[in-house]
Amino acid sequence: MHAKKLIILSVLLALACIVFMTLGAKGSWSFLLVFRGTKLLALLLVSVSISVATLLFQTISGNRILTPSIMGFDALYLLVQTLLVFMLGGFTYVALDGQIKFLAEVGVMLLAAVLLFSTVMGKGRQDLHRMVLVGIIFGVLFRSLTGFLQRIIDPNDFAILQGASFAQFSSVDKDLLGLSILLVSVCCLIIWRLRYSLDVIALGRSNAINLGVNYERASFAVLVLVATLVSVSTALVGPVAFFGLLVTSLAHFIMNTHRHSILLPASILIAALILVSGQTVFERILKSQSTLSVTVEFFGGLLFLLLLFRGKMR
Amino acid sequence: MIEINGVSHSYGKSKILQNISLSIKESGITALIGPNGAGKSTLLSLMARLQPLQTGSISFDGQSVSQTPTRELAKTLAILRQDNALSSRMSLRDLVGFGRYPHHKGRPTAKDHKAVEEALDYFDLQDMSGRFIDEVSGGQKQRALVAMAFCQETKYLLLDEPLNNLDMYYARSLMKRLREIADTGKRSFVIVLHDINYAGAYANEIIALKDGTLAIHGTPQDVLETNALQTLYSMKITVTQHQDQLIALHHL
Repeated sequence: MHAKKLIILSVLLALACIVFMTLGAKGSWSFLLVFRGTKLLALLLVSVSISVATLLFQTISGNRILTPSIMGFDALYLLVQTLLVFMLGGFTYVALDGQIKFLAEVGVMLLAAVLLFSTVMGKGRQDLHRMVLVGIIFGVLFRSLTGFLQRIIDPNDFAILQGASFAQFSSVDKDLLGLSILLVSVCCLIIWRLRYSLDVIALGRSNAINLGVNYERASFAVLVLVATLVSVSTALVGPVAFFGLLVTSLAHFIMNTHRHSILLPASILIAALILVSGQTVFERILKSQSTLSVTVEFFGGLLFLLLLFRGKMR
Repeated sequence: MIEINGVSHSYGKSKILQNISLSIKESGITALIGPNGAGKSTLLSLMARLQPLQTGSISFDGQSVSQTPTRELAKTLAILRQDNALSSRMSLRDLVGFGRYPHHKGRPTAKDHKAVEEALDYFDLQDMSGRFIDEVSGGQKQRALVAMAFCQETKYLLLDEPLNNLDMYYARSLMKRLREIADTGKRSFVIVLHDINYAGAYANEIIALKDGTLAIHGTPQDVLETNALQTLYSMKITVTQHQDQLIALHHL
């Protein structure tokens, strides 16, 4: 049953990828393959990082409506980026190697995320309202700090920052692809090995400890993995608020299971299917008259409200 | 043998447990009773390493709960807690199956499946085993959680108010089952009970806590005694006898 659904999703995704690569293809294939191929790769990478990060975060926080972005993870990443430009100065920032910068940002982001969220996640788990409040406050705090820094920053530095942080689905930051693939693969490998422990962790702290899972260590590991994945996706395409929620809700709905060995691939496939086919429609058919992120966020946001109102928090 | 040595615990300034020392024999049912706020649940969760010990030590057959790796302890003791906010979408069979996790680490063998089926049979859950946990009543979920702790096949089981949500029929049948299991001599139970008559009828030993201190540790005959109960619960309680069973008339 689950296997069949996963196969159907994979076939659909493969079709979407083929259409994305070939639809309206004009000109030399060697150019097209590279041009569209890198774009496709980026979309797939973003799908993996957002869906896995969201699923993991929901498992560790014990609910189905909170996502890393609602808790302010991607806002934190943007703040880290702004802080780096602010402290180093625009020219030093530009002169630095892109990959090293990215790694430094991920490192600082990990440190900040662990410091800020580890206290909230452990004890706040039982209290969803507190988690939502903390998330909103953190999110607003990070965004306003970022805004404040951008206001007092040198105008030249600001322009550099804009270039660095203004990534979108249609204009993916390609320089970071190689490093991102490496980071995401390592994260996914670790997560796949943790898949059975994740099932147990979803039962809550006391059940997990009772069943012999080192909960404190596992939740720390998950926090680090989530922060890394969010850094990758934010660096590639900028912040996306509700996409993760949309994807994991669909995965739960379609698969109707608690097993991470099924939920993980399912949500990755669903995320990739939405992004690739959506991007094909918006780029090729609608000729980029509207943006995919707006549409995805619109439906994701609606779903968020729906879940809140129906009280499907657990 | 469970050994508790000089355990004290406090949340902020309020002292929950004060210098508790006792040893609990193997085999049999030990009931943990006492008024609300006596520290019963705290003691149980300290025993089950759900909270770190502040002072003192607890060990099961010489395995200290603060030193032994948690995955080892999961094969020695199991705990059932009161609050179980389960969010995942899973059937009762899946939930019971999690009890086998310490043994198979995610890859169940034929032996694990057999243990799960036995637990489902034993606790009358077989005909509803395919239902999802958000579709069953509190009592049914409670029984599934007991079955889960049971099929963890640990020597020690710590149950925090297992009769919660259960009607008279299932409360009695659960206690009878636990008694049967205890009588095989392979497993020991420590059970937090609110109804002292259940404690009196099914336990080998009763431990009574009051205000975070050990009030009584003795046989049901020692505890089901008018003076002892009145001091423990600070209320008037008459104890009477029906055939050879002592009964506290705490509801009158």
